[in-house]
Order: sequence, then C-alpha cells, then structure tokens
Amino acid sequence: MIDILENIISKNGLIVAFLSVGLLMLFSFYVSKYIFKSHIPSVAVAIIIALGLAFFGEQKGLSDVSTFTGLSLLGGSMLRDFSVVATAMNSDIDKIKDAGLAGLISLIVGVSFSFFLGVFISFCYGYTDPVSLTTIGAGACTYIVGPITGYALGASSEVIAISIATGVFKTICVTILTPFLAKKINLNNPHEAIVFGGLMGTTSGVSAGLAATDPKLVPYGAMTATFYTGLGCLLCPSIFYIIISSLFG
Amino acid sequence: MKIYGVAILSFSFLLGKFTGSLLGNLLNIDADLGGVGFSMVYLIFLTTFLKKRNLFKKETKRGIVFWGSMYIPIVIAMSATQNVKAAWDGGFIALLVGFFVVFIGYFLVPVISKIGNKKSSNFIK
Repeated sequence: MIDILENIISKNGLIVAFLSVGLLMLFSFYVSKYIFKSHIPSVAVAIIIALGLAFFGEQKGLSDVSTFTGLSLLGGSMLRDFSVVATAMNSDIDKIKDAGLAGLISLIVGVSFSFFLGVFISFCYGYTDPVSLTTIGAGACTYIVGPITGYALGASSEVIAISIATGVFKTICVTILTPFLAKKINLNNPHEAIVFGGLMGTTSGVSAGLAATDPKLVPYGAMTATFYTGLGCLLCPSIFYIIISSLFG
Repeated sequence: MKIYGVAILSFSFLLGKFTGSLLGNLLNIDADLGGVGFSMVYLIFLTTFLKKRNLFKKETKRGIVFWGSMYIPIVIAMSATQNVKAAWDGGFIALLVGFFVVFIGYFLVPVISKIGNKKSSNFIK
C-alpha cells in the first residue's frame, strides 16, 4: 500500500505540488479570515507559511523533501515568468489613460523610490555586489519583482529569499498601517487612492488596506497597483541594474 | 479555443525573453534584462491589436487568464523552495527595507497627488 502511494507521489510531483499549494491556500484563507480578521491578506499568510515550510529543506527549501520535489517545478522560473506575463492580460491600455497623469507619475515615482531606498538600506547593511543590491531593491517593489529580477540576474537563492520576504513584509505593512495613516494623508477620495496604489504597488496590500479604510476606494487603488509589478519587472532588471552596476560594479 | 490564447501568451513570452537577453548581450551583461516586462508589453500590444480586428475571442482570452490566475499559487510554491535557512541570518534587512519603503511612501502620497491633480481631476467626476 505505502509503496504504491510513494510510487504515485514520486512519479507525479507537479500534481502533488498543485494539491499541496491548493490546500495551503485554503488553510491560509481561514487563518486570515478567522484569526487575523482579514487584517493580513490570505496571500501574505500563505507566503509566510511557505517560507516557514522551506526550513524543512536545505538549499532548495521544501522541495528537498522527497514528497514535495514537484514544488521546484511549479515554483521554478519558467512557469513563474509565464504566469506573471499572463497577468498583463488584466491591464487595459484605456484604463492606463483613465488613471491619468497622477497615476503615471505615482507609478514611476513608486517603483524608483522603493527600489533605490531598498538598495540604499541594503548597502548600509553591508551588501556591495550589484546583483544582490538590485535583487533586494526589486524586492522592495513587490515580492514578484524581487525574485524575477534575482533569477534574471543570477542572484543566490539566499538573496532571492530575502527579496521575497521584503516584499511580503511590505504587503503586511501596507495592509496594517493604511487604516491608521489614511486620515493623515487625506486618503479619502479616488484621486488619492489612485496615487496611493501607484506608490505602494502591492496589489494585495493596497486592496486589503483600502478595504479596511473605505471599500469604495479599492478599485481605484488596485487599478494603478496592477501596473506596478509590470513596470517593476521592466525597469529593475534592466535600466536600474545598469545604474547600480555602474555605481557599484 | 483556449490553446490559441496559450499560444499567443507563449509567443509574447519567448519574444520578450529574446528581447531581454538580446539587450543583455548588447550591453555585455550576461543576464536577461527586463525580459518579463518586455513580454508583458508585447502581450498587451498583441491582444489589443487582435481585439481591434475582432480576432480575439472570449475562449482565447480564457486561455491567457487561466495562467494569470495561477501566479499566486506559483509564487507560494516558489517561496517554499527558497534557501530560507541561509536567508534567515540576513532576514532583519527584509523587515528594515519593507517598513521604511512603506512608511516614507505614505508621505509621498499627498506630494504626488498635488502634482497630478489638475489634469486627471475630470476623470474622478
């Protein structure tokens, strides 16, 4: 019996990975809803648990454990880049025009400011090679931009994990701090929400944070935030990396 | 058919990766420079082009949308397969960067909103 089961699991790694991630997301959804009362988005909960589970393995995280080898295929760079590109489908050029100048400026400022602040802090912390600096800076944009940049430039798995953690922590901060700081920055109208979404960029954090502030603002913030990751993936591993490698190379 | 959508996505993906690698090659950097970003731009232009000619059917779009909806599960799988043991030592920096980027970011919101307010205000009404 156990032999048969082990055989099936080892031969169908990718399918096992689909099932495990599905179950993990379901679990995270309930944890987020009932334990954190939706203050922390379920995606952030799932990523934190996933990073925690990676402690069971060594260099390749949980996929070092034989049952979960399929995770490295599902979470590998090929499928990841493929699915991220597909998310561009939800963006509409007309919507970009609607968001107007404020949306555009906030996106450009948001991506550049997060990136360079991330690079600056990691430099002060002791990182000096351009690939690691760029990868952590990209992680300061979102937890998607970080690993995509890291893999594209050939960063170490350790630095990539830090960049994911940075992005995840950013999402959590945005979710929790937004309702408290909303009044201070006059975040109470669609225009401010558009700018806010473009500056912060983490779609799940912005949506959750705005939902806790005023649910009517969610679509405006989410609209600009969805373009943020795309812009980050375009700028970080190209222009920004060239700038950083000319400064630190 | 959904496979048409998947094929369009694959074409944009490969072309974008090619552009990114070519750019890296031209600049003598052994890396894929912005490949994913270029792929996204190609996908948006290609689908907009097909939509205008009424060649972009609902089923075709579904083939692309499915892969887009898989990205969160994939990111979770990716997180579970990182070398977190090694990252743990440098983990404090993640908290430091994450917090400062958000905290300072909040105070940029009123500044940027002033700049853009004039031209995009008609959209809000």
